[in-house]
Amino acid sequence: MARALINMPKTAKRGEIVEVRAMIAHPMETGYRIGPNGSNIPRDIIRRFACSYDGEEVFWADLHPAVSANPFIAFTLVASTSGVIEFTWTDDAGRTQTASATITVG
Amino acid sequence: MRALWRPATVGVAAVCSIVSAAGIEDGEKRSGFDFMTPETQALQSDDMSNPGMLWVLQGEQLWQQAEGRADVACAGCHGDASQTMRGVAARYPAFDEATERPIDLAGRVSSCRAERQQAEPLAPESDALLALTTYVAHQSRGMPITPATDARLAPFRDNGRRLFQSRIGQLELSCASCHDDNWGKRLGGSAIPQAHPTGYPLYRLEWQTVGSLQRRLRNCMIGVRAEPFAFGAAELVDLELHLTERASGMLVETPAVRP
Amino acid sequence: MHEDPLRVHGRLVGRRQFLRVGMTGLLVISLPRWALARPSLDEAIRTFTGGADVLDGRVRLDLPPLVENGNAVGITVAAESPMTADDYVRRIAVFNQKNPEANVAVFHLGPRSGRAAVSTRIRLATSQVVVAVAEMSDGSFWSSRASAIVTLAACIEDLS
Repeated sequence: MARALINMPKTAKRGEIVEVRAMIAHPMETGYRIGPNGSNIPRDIIRRFACSYDGEEVFWADLHPAVSANPFIAFTLVASTSGVIEFTWTDDAGRTQTASATITVG
Repeated sequence: MRALWRPATVGVAAVCSIVSAAGIEDGEKRSGFDFMTPETQALQSDDMSNPGMLWVLQGEQLWQQAEGRADVACAGCHGDASQTMRGVAARYPAFDEATERPIDLAGRVSSCRAERQQAEPLAPESDALLALTTYVAHQSRGMPITPATDARLAPFRDNGRRLFQSRIGQLELSCASCHDDNWGKRLGGSAIPQAHPTGYPLYRLEWQTVGSLQRRLRNCMIGVRAEPFAFGAAELVDLELHLTERASGMLVETPAVRP
Repeated sequence: MHEDPLRVHGRLVGRRQFLRVGMTGLLVISLPRWALARPSLDEAIRTFTGGADVLDGRVRLDLPPLVENGNAVGITVAAESPMTADDYVRRIAVFNQKNPEANVAVFHLGPRSGRAAVSTRIRLATSQVVVAVAEMSDGSFWSSRASAIVTLAACIEDLS
């Protein structure tokens, strides 16, 4: 289970613009830090964050090592239909973590 | 790094010429929160942007999870943490009957894990131990720190006070040199706070993760170029005990955010 | 063969110029490898735009002018756009001037975003300029820049 926090309204009027905030626990290791033994700590970052709404990818982001540890991303969506909003974080090795939220549009 | 140290050392030498043994008056007590920029304060104040909440979330999951040969979860004995753990962190460190010594919250989580769950120990500063400790401490958020009154704690608390006031390391500074005598001034680019442990475990931007009060104490010892006590050392718990007494009445903030 | 130390490429140079050349050489040697390898801010932006002109305006980048710790600097980028099916912001990219890598993040938006506004937290290795560029659906690029002073913690923990 992903250690992720999603914040967005549970209900909205059709056409309303809602704010989505997503944060996941991840070190976002840059690959530029030196460990206690004097060797480089290997890079390990979330490379891609994506949000799909009712199956369609509506927002995504390519991230680089300059994004802070435990990446936080806030953006907006138009509440068009009741359904599931899914979030996917993909790391350097292609591993994914997911979280989801539901919205009721009236 | 060395170049950074030079002005800091000169600054420390200058401010430390004013020597005073007085602590901080009750009316003057201020949380480290008050010394931060509005941006860092905002990071702590909003649970949806506070990265420390990720550890609270993990702790909540671990609380429910059966562990060890006893195959029991924290919740198996303690039930709903929001009821049973409320106020617990506000009175820790407490006296531990088994070791006849004070024990801090992380120490209690570890001993519970070993004795009751009969599970493998969690390493100091491991995500799981920090998560459980943060989750338990978070249940006391907003409550005043009320140090344990057990008389058997007194000698340990006194030792903590002595350690707080002892000059150590190549820079020959005590905790008190900065945090009693010179709080509010600046050391390099950073404000010197009063060193109240109101928000531990907390998310430090420098660490880019949540860490314990013991990590912060070791951090300071490295800063004054002293050999830090090992994680779990009796001296660190004694220091925690003194710091809690010193911060008596201040409100628990866990998980706090600090620069 | 003995060479006059002040004779560079066969011409006599003044002492100051000699010092300048020498100092530049030392500076280059003392820079970490990534500092030479990374593209400049402008090069990174050109790669993003494919060489198209970048106009000032229509984008606002909020960045605190004084940063307590460069490990987590909150930024917000907002672009002026109706965000309709035929007039919207396609991408918002953020670049930095002095980190080991010039790219920070690229956000992909569309009409379903409703508003062209994103917030995130970024790392700034030192005091520097940050630039946000928005690509509109008509193919035009707009940008905004801001700079931050990053102060350092006095007592830095080692990694041990």
